[in-house]
Amino acid sequence: MGKTLFDKIWDAHVVQNVEDGPTQLYIDRLYAHEVTSPQAFDTLRDKGIKAFRADHIVAMPDHNTPSDQQDVINDPVGRKQVETLKANCAEFGIKHFAMGTKDNGIIHVVGPEKALSLPGMTIVCGDSHTSTHGAVGAIAMGIGTSEVAQVLASQCILQSKPKTMRINVEGTLRPNVTAKDVALYIMAQMTTSGATGYAVEYAGSVIRDMSMEGRLTLSNLSIEMGSRAGLIAPDETTFAYLKGREYAPKGAEWDAAVEKWRQLKSDDDAVFDKEVTYNAADIAPRITYGTNPGAGIAIDECIPSLDEIPEAEKSQFLGMLDYMQFKPGQKLEGTPVDYVFLGACTNGRIEDFRAFASVVKGKKKADNVVAWLVPGSWLVRKQIVEEGIDKILEDAGFELRLPSCSSCLAMNPDKVPAGKLSISTSNRNFVGRQGPGARTVLASPLVVAASAVTGVITDPRKL
Amino acid sequence: MAKEKFDIIQSTCIPIEIDNCNTDLIIPARYLASTTRDPKFFGDAFMHDLRYDADGKTVEDFVMNKPEFKEAPRKGVHEIIVGGQNWGSGSSREHAAWAIAGYGVRVVISSSFADIHRNNLLNCFVLPVIVTKEFQQELFKSIAENSEMQVKVDVPNQTVTNLATGRSEHFDINSYKKYCLMNAYDDIDFLLSNKDKIVDFENKRK
Repeated sequence: MGKTLFDKIWDAHVVQNVEDGPTQLYIDRLYAHEVTSPQAFDTLRDKGIKAFRADHIVAMPDHNTPSDQQDVINDPVGRKQVETLKANCAEFGIKHFAMGTKDNGIIHVVGPEKALSLPGMTIVCGDSHTSTHGAVGAIAMGIGTSEVAQVLASQCILQSKPKTMRINVEGTLRPNVTAKDVALYIMAQMTTSGATGYAVEYAGSVIRDMSMEGRLTLSNLSIEMGSRAGLIAPDETTFAYLKGREYAPKGAEWDAAVEKWRQLKSDDDAVFDKEVTYNAADIAPRITYGTNPGAGIAIDECIPSLDEIPEAEKSQFLGMLDYMQFKPGQKLEGTPVDYVFLGACTNGRIEDFRAFASVVKGKKKADNVVAWLVPGSWLVRKQIVEEGIDKILEDAGFELRLPSCSSCLAMNPDKVPAGKLSISTSNRNFVGRQGPGARTVLASPLVVAASAVTGVITDPRKL
Repeated sequence: MAKEKFDIIQSTCIPIEIDNCNTDLIIPARYLASTTRDPKFFGDAFMHDLRYDADGKTVEDFVMNKPEFKEAPRKGVHEIIVGGQNWGSGSSREHAAWAIAGYGVRVVISSSFADIHRNNLLNCFVLPVIVTKEFQQELFKSIAENSEMQVKVDVPNQTVTNLATGRSEHFDINSYKKYCLMNAYDDIDFLLSNKDKIVDFENKRK
């Protein structure tokens, strides 16, 4: 029987299988950020040990980073956390991309764009959106802080092997339908726990035709379906994206690497524990209405009515709508929005800014809207300026901010006030996610851009 | 986090009947900026924004604040949480497991857990017990009928018993992790004792 892509990479990293226990898996790359690493470094100090393979580790602050200025973090607790990361990296000899420097940004944007994440690797980080890096054809998984300490100490983690699932998306996406919509559609179909216990591989013509940025968005959202890992077999799109980037192999080493990477695909006779297929024609631009990312609809649909909801789920459904201040059966198109957010590890890449700019070009930001446009990295920001996108945004009344996780989670100044409605390209619409009491509608950069110029939730196809 | 060896735990429960109870709910992001390891800091933040309103006032009708459930866990009392399905989804923040452990909880029972959070609980010496939906629903019913009812979690025999109804289920845990829990043994110690295998692996790859 053939092997899946996941099996091939996993098997190549098994140090040992513990009897009736987990696998000891070797990790090629550990990323560390300021939030989930300080206690892990403490563990090493407790034990009096060094980082086992410091050269496999790259760290950068991103969660606490302000997006309006990066001279100082005014919150003393957040400032201490960012300073602690810097000090820990100096003490343990770990590469550190400091806040405000050209190398910095959100880990899940910086890793692939610097080719620190490569096909065939095992990659972990104390962050659930580590699944993003699976888009280059790697096993990339979020871990907890205890596991960060384990990797620092031994370059290994102990994991039970997940089951495998292939999600095929076939056909051709319609205009104005993006990778974000594909992901929101899939999680609405299978729920936010539909892929729990599985490592997902995305395949099918839609994925093959998808840009690297789109694939990174899709893999990023794997965790919102419950899957820790979302792999995409590397192909010419992957190689073209990685070639020439800062840490990519060069010259003959590049050629040899590509030769090896071409083997990284599921065999024709590989069997997955589960396989599902979706049709691109069924996918429209989407929005969420609830407080989990699976509670979503096509933008021109209505929120389900109460009698469409199974009895056991009714109270939770009503609880979500109560928080969101929406009603069963309500149409959300035309609902006024207070905040718009373009950015995060989900949609903070150059293609997302191009998409946003294509909609707002020649139009004006609605007066009632506060807009945060936050590049995922300094490299993305540089490219935005080089392409003149910043001018388009400026002419439309928008301001380009500085790289940060920003308003994806309420850990820096970009918090949405209680009761305000935000339409956001980020990944989670949880209760209080963008700030205590904040209400979040998730959508693609195109939908967010259309809403930013009208001031109400807007279908980009109708603009 | 304190590591207490597991054997048999028999305790009353706190029912948190919220499906998809994500780790943002278990501990809001603003508590994540701390660099401390103080269990009390995280225990106090456990389910904070459901326990207290925006002004810091106690939300009286939230289950953890009700008279019969508000006592902090101690031996035999509230050491077990019965949670809704897909417990611990979302963010990988181990702070959620620290909050549960810091509050004093030793076992979380649910019909399903998110993968990362389940590992985090185990690494914090909190036992996640996966039961059938029927068993979970019966537990919620038993607790609603009598908040003093107890659940017995027998780690050596891998059984969980609703002592109100006598219904019992087997739960899965691999031998390695069971050994860790029963002997307060850490994954990191296991890995450090296997350094030679790691170096062998690296040499073979070259």
